[in-house]
Amino acid sequence: MRPELAEIWVYLAASPLAALTVTLAAWLAGLRLHAAARGSALVNPVLVAALLLVALLFVSGIEYRAYFEGAQFVHFLLGPATVALAVPLVRQWRLLRASGPALAVALVCGSVFASVSAVAIGWAFGADRAVLASLAPKATTTPVAMGIAEQIGGIPSLTAVVVILSGIAGAALGPILLALLQVRDWRARGFAVGLAAHGIGTARAISVNETAGAFAALAMGLNALATALLLPLVWALAMP
Amino acid sequence: MIAALTLLLACQLAGEVAARALHLPLPGPVLGMILLAVGLLARGGDPPAEFAAAADGLLRNLGLLFVPAAVGVVLHLDLLARAAAPIALAVLVGTLAAIGVTGWVTAWLLRAQGGRDAA
Repeated sequence: MRPELAEIWVYLAASPLAALTVTLAAWLAGLRLHAAARGSALVNPVLVAALLLVALLFVSGIEYRAYFEGAQFVHFLLGPATVALAVPLVRQWRLLRASGPALAVALVCGSVFASVSAVAIGWAFGADRAVLASLAPKATTTPVAMGIAEQIGGIPSLTAVVVILSGIAGAALGPILLALLQVRDWRARGFAVGLAAHGIGTARAISVNETAGAFAALAMGLNALATALLLPLVWALAMP
Repeated sequence: MIAALTLLLACQLAGEVAARALHLPLPGPVLGMILLAVGLLARGGDPPAEFAAAADGLLRNLGLLFVPAAVGVVLHLDLLARAAAPIALAVLVGTLAAIGVTGWVTAWLLRAQGGRDAA
């Protein structure tokens, strides 16, 4: 490499500007591809953008830590964006309140089923106790899931990976499954995706339909609460 | 837009402080969402147009905000080596089963409750 090129490279690798720019560019590419696939859930823009960036880091030899120095500004906005979910919640409040009793029952069924199915599948295929404890809270949003995993003897960093993968799997395949099962009610579709695929599922739901988005946001919040309260108790009883 | 962002950050901050002070099992942003929703409902009517526009702008790109973390995950797949097959199946089959069961149960309960069908 010529010396001035090397100098530019050093600057780009160390500055947040480059990481931010490629993150936004990868997201736009993800949105374009998603639109080109006629909005198919399968071509999930989060998945596309992440794969593009992984390829870029791999080819350029830049470390994730250096990339995240810049990308953390995007990551930081997750907090205020989660707070902003209050807006669709309030707009859909009448519909949400009218669905209250059904949602309360669905929440308990869904929350228990999400944890039990993950643990049962892991157990059937020979995962050890620490891995099972890491899988159990995977439907909830990352900070809650990591806290619960730690509490019941799991590995929080493994939980963080599993949570994101579950979110992507749920957002990319969940809507297709719900269509196959002929679940057409936007309230139920949003609630299911938000409960089992937390923020990434909610992001997908809100991009398709505001009612689905509000029900997904509600399910994500409620399931974080339900899992945090129920799972440690159930775990202590069922896995002594 | 800055006023809207300030309100969002203030709610998140209040949520973070409350979660720590009261040892609540919820992350700060989720508590902030609840605080803001309660505030907006107490105020009555639709959320103020300017604030709602800023919130909607952020939410339209909610997926973008997960991209940096998702990149980190793909690079830390070696953590899964501990039990790759059971983890992969639990993630894929478990998540889909949870979505299918929850969606079906929710739709059935909503129908049974006799609420307006929003399909």
